Amino acid sequence: MLLDAATGPAFIPVRDVASAVLGHARDPSVDAIVWSIRLPVALMALMVGAALGLSGAIMQTILNNPLASSYTLGISAGAGFGAALVIVLGASLPVPESYAIAVNAMLFAGVACAGVYWIGGARTATAEGLVLAGIALLFLFQALCSFLQMIASPESLQQVVFWLFGSLQKSTWPKMWTLCAVLLCCIPLLMRDIWALTALKLGDARASALGVNVAALRVRSFVLISALTGVAVAFVGTIGFVGLVAPHLARMLVGEDQRGFLPTSALMGSVLLSLASVASKTVSPGAIIPIGIVTSLIGVPFFVWMVLRHRRAYR
Amino acid sequence: MTVSLTQVAVAYGSRAVLQHIDLQARAGQVVGIVGPNGSGKSTLVKAIAGHVPSTGAITFHGESVRPTQLGYMPQESLTPMVLTVLEVVLLGRLAQLGLQVRDDDLQAVAQTLEHLGIADLAGQRMGELSGGQRQLAYLAQALVSQPKYLLLDEPTSALDISHQLEVLDLVRRLTKERGLITLVVLHDLNAAARYCDEVALMHQGRLLLCEPPAVALTVEHVSRVFDVEAEALTCSDGVGVLVASHRKVNSREWGNPNSI
Repeated sequence: MLLDAATGPAFIPVRDVASAVLGHARDPSVDAIVWSIRLPVALMALMVGAALGLSGAIMQTILNNPLASSYTLGISAGAGFGAALVIVLGASLPVPESYAIAVNAMLFAGVACAGVYWIGGARTATAEGLVLAGIALLFLFQALCSFLQMIASPESLQQVVFWLFGSLQKSTWPKMWTLCAVLLCCIPLLMRDIWALTALKLGDARASALGVNVAALRVRSFVLISALTGVAVAFVGTIGFVGLVAPHLARMLVGEDQRGFLPTSALMGSVLLSLASVASKTVSPGAIIPIGIVTSLIGVPFFVWMVLRHRRAYR
Repeated sequence: MTVSLTQVAVAYGSRAVLQHIDLQARAGQVVGIVGPNGSGKSTLVKAIAGHVPSTGAITFHGESVRPTQLGYMPQESLTPMVLTVLEVVLLGRLAQLGLQVRDDDLQAVAQTLEHLGIADLAGQRMGELSGGQRQLAYLAQALVSQPKYLLLDEPTSALDISHQLEVLDLVRRLTKERGLITLVVLHDLNAAARYCDEVALMHQGRLLLCEPPAVALTVEHVSRVFDVEAEALTCSDGVGVLVASHRKVNSREWGNPNSI
């Protein structure tokens, strides 16, 4: 986090950043830069990473599918479509203009989540049905988003494309605290179901035999995924691969007991996004590469390597 | 201690899957449930476990059963085997597990694994085990909460003969030692004859009879229920076995479940 706050258009030594964070900054301008610009970005990277890592982990658990994440199953695409609606058509809920994109993105992440659950079979809600529904919605929202881009003015198109790339640079303290509050609300709810989620790793039939109401557990989990993904994506745009890769790293480190798996996935998400944030600011001096591009560039080869190396784990 | 089923029926929509099931089992008894595919064996076990809605009365010694009193082992399913044996067995105490696993939970798991002779497998992933070891781990899961009633759905499916004997030996021994009531779905009629005190013969969603193996598994009954040519042979060491071959003629007339 300190390294993330230290990097930017002008590098600030990590020691100076630490001093500023602890309230002992010698240079007031460093203090101002750290507290008003760098720290919100660095903390937002931690929070968004945690939210995406956690939502990806829950999704992989409830669907018993290592390729599931908010990104691969259309929830981020839904949020992207919601954001594009505001940018291109100005269609949004009656909220302050500065929050319109975020609120609409969050709303459509919820719509996508509800859609996955509804199409996937609300009555039986089997893992296979939900995965297929997620893939269908991913294509649907991508097509709708492409359509909006096609009819957008050049300025709107640029704005949509930049939003879809994902960026931490518009992070503010209120946004960071909002995300922090959502995480703090979701964690106790997850803790309550932690063993039931572990039981799902044995398959629906065995989890039911152990007394787990599988369909109800999936509904509760989808609500949490919707909240975590919605609020994370709403503030920073679509960021791929963190939600997919972080749970795999966690699985390699602590296994599938959800008591260790879920917190470690959140931690891995934070670490990955912070590193990606540092990379986005240092790869091309003087310019900040959108973080969504960096996570994908790092994430894809890393993910392929993991799949090939740990193929046996997916038996 | 008894399990008593009176006029139990299960329907999926308008399709009746189980009808008019009356069954009684006593403590220390292993009751084998046998019958052709689709005869309602698994549904009967699920109904007793409370996993499918049923009509009629299912009572456990005249009272309703608590989840911890019931050890239920469903059929082997194809799922990623990523959990360790310790985690799988611990899940058998799901209802009482907190975020921090208590010592008594770990102790119960250790004792159960010890009792089943698989303590050395505790840290291994399920995917690394043989079929027999996996079945023993799931059996440990069903037993870890010290249930009074044991419901096992094809616990020996996909096992070789040695592992079948190992699992069924254990089930019978535990049932006798702990005074359990065990209902076990089996496909192997000879195993049912050897390990069960009574055999419930199912056909087309009905329970035809529930009697000791010598009465239930006669050549005539087996031929009619399974629609095969059954034959009782005696091996050189004097042990009797049932063998079957396909019928030479279409024998749909035997299909009426009330004809026995």
